[in-house]
Amino acid sequence: MRAKWLVPTLYIVFLMLPIYWLLNMSFKTTNEILGGFSLWPQDFTLENYQKIFTDPTWYTGYINSLIYVSINTVISVGAALPAAYAFSRYRFIGDKHLFFWLLTNRMAPAAVFALPFFQLYSAVGLFDTHIAVALAHTLFNIPLAVWILEGFMSGVPRQLDETAYVDGYSWGRFFVKIFLPTIAAGIGVACFFCFMFSWVELLLGKTLTAVEAKPIAATMTRTASTSGYELGLLAAAGTLTIVPGAFVIYFVRNYIAKGFALGRV
Amino acid sequence: MKKTVNQKAWFFVLPVLILVAFNAIIPLMTVVNYSVQETFGDNTFFWAGVLWFEEVLHSDRFHAALGRQLFFTFTILAIEIPLGVAIALAMPRRGPWVSVCLILMALPLLIPWNVVGAMWNIFALPDIGLLGRTINALGIDYNFTRQPYSAWATLIAMDVWHWTSLVVLLAYAGLVSIPDAYYQAAKIDGARPFAIFRYIQLPKLKRVLTIAVLLRFMDSFNIYTEPFVLTGGGPGNSTTLLSIDLVKVALGQFDLGPAAAMSLIYFLIILLFCWIFYTLMMRNEDQ
Repeated sequence: MRAKWLVPTLYIVFLMLPIYWLLNMSFKTTNEILGGFSLWPQDFTLENYQKIFTDPTWYTGYINSLIYVSINTVISVGAALPAAYAFSRYRFIGDKHLFFWLLTNRMAPAAVFALPFFQLYSAVGLFDTHIAVALAHTLFNIPLAVWILEGFMSGVPRQLDETAYVDGYSWGRFFVKIFLPTIAAGIGVACFFCFMFSWVELLLGKTLTAVEAKPIAATMTRTASTSGYELGLLAAAGTLTIVPGAFVIYFVRNYIAKGFALGRV
Repeated sequence: MKKTVNQKAWFFVLPVLILVAFNAIIPLMTVVNYSVQETFGDNTFFWAGVLWFEEVLHSDRFHAALGRQLFFTFTILAIEIPLGVAIALAMPRRGPWVSVCLILMALPLLIPWNVVGAMWNIFALPDIGLLGRTINALGIDYNFTRQPYSAWATLIAMDVWHWTSLVVLLAYAGLVSIPDAYYQAAKIDGARPFAIFRYIQLPKLKRVLTIAVLLRFMDSFNIYTEPFVLTGGGPGNSTTLLSIDLVKVALGQFDLGPAAAMSLIYFLIILLFCWIFYTLMMRNEDQ
């Protein structure tokens, strides 16, 4: 029992090792990386980061990603809010089937949709735009947001709704003024997860873009395959993609299990 | 808590319905369309019936990819679930370290999938990667770009690294929901640690573990980016999982018919498990 702390500690060390290695690589020069093996940068450099922040092919990747991820989060959570309210408060014809159908889209393999998405968005003239990727990602983010928000909303007693109606609130005013602030934490978590899942996805983002809206993930894979081994640069770009997640994780630490379990813990 | 019947609730669901229908139904109909037709690439199509389905279901390539997929999924489940529960049991219940543990453990879950692949690629390179170098220094011949068994070991280690935290977080959330009174009662009865685990903790964990198993099952079945970036399906075809094979056929070779038939078979498998997931989850909720 005394050595109990050892288990999580060892696990965390195991988790941190590859991340450390990525950081380590990002501060090395290409010569040093190819020249040999060293546990920490001998010739510490910020060159790789400098290149990313000054070369438009790199930093526009981040901007493109951030744009479509933000659009996606707004659309997903905005559409999911009334739907989640309906699922948590009312029974209506087909509600269970609809809820299940949403879930199947969260679970659907992106690989199945890659080709038809490419054709659909080309046909409507949205290929290589931010909105195309944002819309495509709603396929799995809307179901996720509906499920998470439904979980949070079901935790709010119905008496709140009824009291507000008795007090003369219309539905719209009650929803905006009373209900939304009550589930603010849930909305935050839903936003976080939509942001995250759109941010980490590569296949659809890569398939639906060419130049104008190319996400950072696609820039990275193309660098890795075309210009041989620019490992330092790749490592620096990778490190920078971890930053947004690492930055907001503190705020959702207590809800993260609930989010990953689709609002069901 | 009784819900009221209100058909107007459909209006609340409408925006979601339209958006998801646009994204799910139209593409799926395209896939169905291709799966029953033959084309010679000049935009003329001929009815082909179930030809592609027969071809895919009898092809060794599909069987091999499906076999690799099942092997991958069951291996990572067999490692991640027990490991995750063990770590959750050993985590502190209260105090400042809880937040630190939760944040550090959740970190891999938030890293873009291609970066996870690239990170492990760099980490496992036999000449300049920490992992590859260490294993080779121990006298084991290891090179994940050339040896299938090394590629598989790296792939599984990467998935364990990436997703075990999900099991830990879910199991931990289940464990902290057990009231202290249960443990006090067990102490009075003189229960041993194993008995506490078997009769108090495990029943409480049943619900979250159902979710963890099914989520991991589904997500590992859909996995594409990480193995694609790590090994690209190689060496040879040794780590070509179902998604990777499908993308090769659909976007690489533009074999629309077989790709569509494969997609539908793939999707039906997912749908079946999704239904099991849903039924189990809803039953848990009713209890």
